[in-house]
Amino acid sequence: MNKIVFSVASCLLFTSLIFSCTQNKKLPYYGERHAETVRDAAGVEKIDTVYQTIPNWSFLNQDSVVTTNKATDGKVYVADFFFTSCTTICPTMHRNLMDIYTAFKGNPDVLFVSHTIDFKYDKPSALKKYAQKLGVDGPKWLFLYGSKDSVYTLAEKSYLVAVGEDSTAKDGYIHQGYLVLIDKDKHIRGAYDGTKPEEVEKLKQDIPLLLAEYKK
Amino acid sequence: MRLNIIRAVFFLLVIAVIISCQNQETIDLQNYISSGKDIYKAKCQNCHGENGEGLGQLAPPLTDSVFLKRNKNRLACIIKNGLNEAITVQGKTYKEKMPAFPELTDIEVAQLMVFVTNAFGNNQGFVSYQQVSSQLQQCK
Repeated sequence: MNKIVFSVASCLLFTSLIFSCTQNKKLPYYGERHAETVRDAAGVEKIDTVYQTIPNWSFLNQDSVVTTNKATDGKVYVADFFFTSCTTICPTMHRNLMDIYTAFKGNPDVLFVSHTIDFKYDKPSALKKYAQKLGVDGPKWLFLYGSKDSVYTLAEKSYLVAVGEDSTAKDGYIHQGYLVLIDKDKHIRGAYDGTKPEEVEKLKQDIPLLLAEYKK
Repeated sequence: MRLNIIRAVFFLLVIAVIISCQNQETIDLQNYISSGKDIYKAKCQNCHGENGEGLGQLAPPLTDSVFLKRNKNRLACIIKNGLNEAITVQGKTYKEKMPAFPELTDIEVAQLMVFVTNAFGNNQGFVSYQQVSSQLQQCK
């Protein structure tokens, strides 16, 4: 009798352990990090980890309206770098991202941000046309235009995505096709190759996980 | 008995010859389609999609058999030199520029064209490399 009770109890313990593990699943933090001494609410000094953070930015969106990092406040968002005349990886990236956009269209806590790296041609009007032709309407998916310097620095230093001009490339620019997942505190929590369906599928599953971290 | 066996063998031989003759074009068609599919994946799929569904109003679908049939003699030139004019496909207008693919050889254009016109619900049969070659010389 005792044996049975014991085995049932250990079984229960084991399952609860498994459950607690899956519930606590947190996405990793990417990029640089450093330790900093901070004071908590009670004024006690303690050491905390500071993760890489997306700095403030200000660009024009597809409606030629000045848009800043405030647009992403309180939202989990997916960022990528592309250009409208790109015929190589961008159409695939945005075809895949479109699928995620459709899935989270109704969720006010999710946002999509695409930065153009073609500072010569992709003025807001070109971005607007592109967005409409892709089938995107409204402020849920921002297409942002900025100077070469500001966008390229943001890409390489903050989002960790390589971009560049290349006169030998077919369309004049080269860049990586990462879809970067940013949390509400502007930390990088995932990077998914937008040209690979299996990685995009993972992004689709990771967004709810990230949102769940904020539910208390 | 022996005679019967000889007859049977002869009969089978005749059938085999007929089948292989009929199949020469089918074999070519299959070869073109399978090579064309690889080229499609490498050069076309990012815009036109895995199932030829296109992308919004940026890239037209390749499922409009009427359009493909009507423009049959232009397809080779469009593949190789791209397109910079508005076209209407399945009732929608597409104005984006299609890039040129000058690196494709005549045989590759032929394989690609045969693949596209026999995939995604299209069924327009075989076009030989020689036909495509002569079309490509007359591109405007």
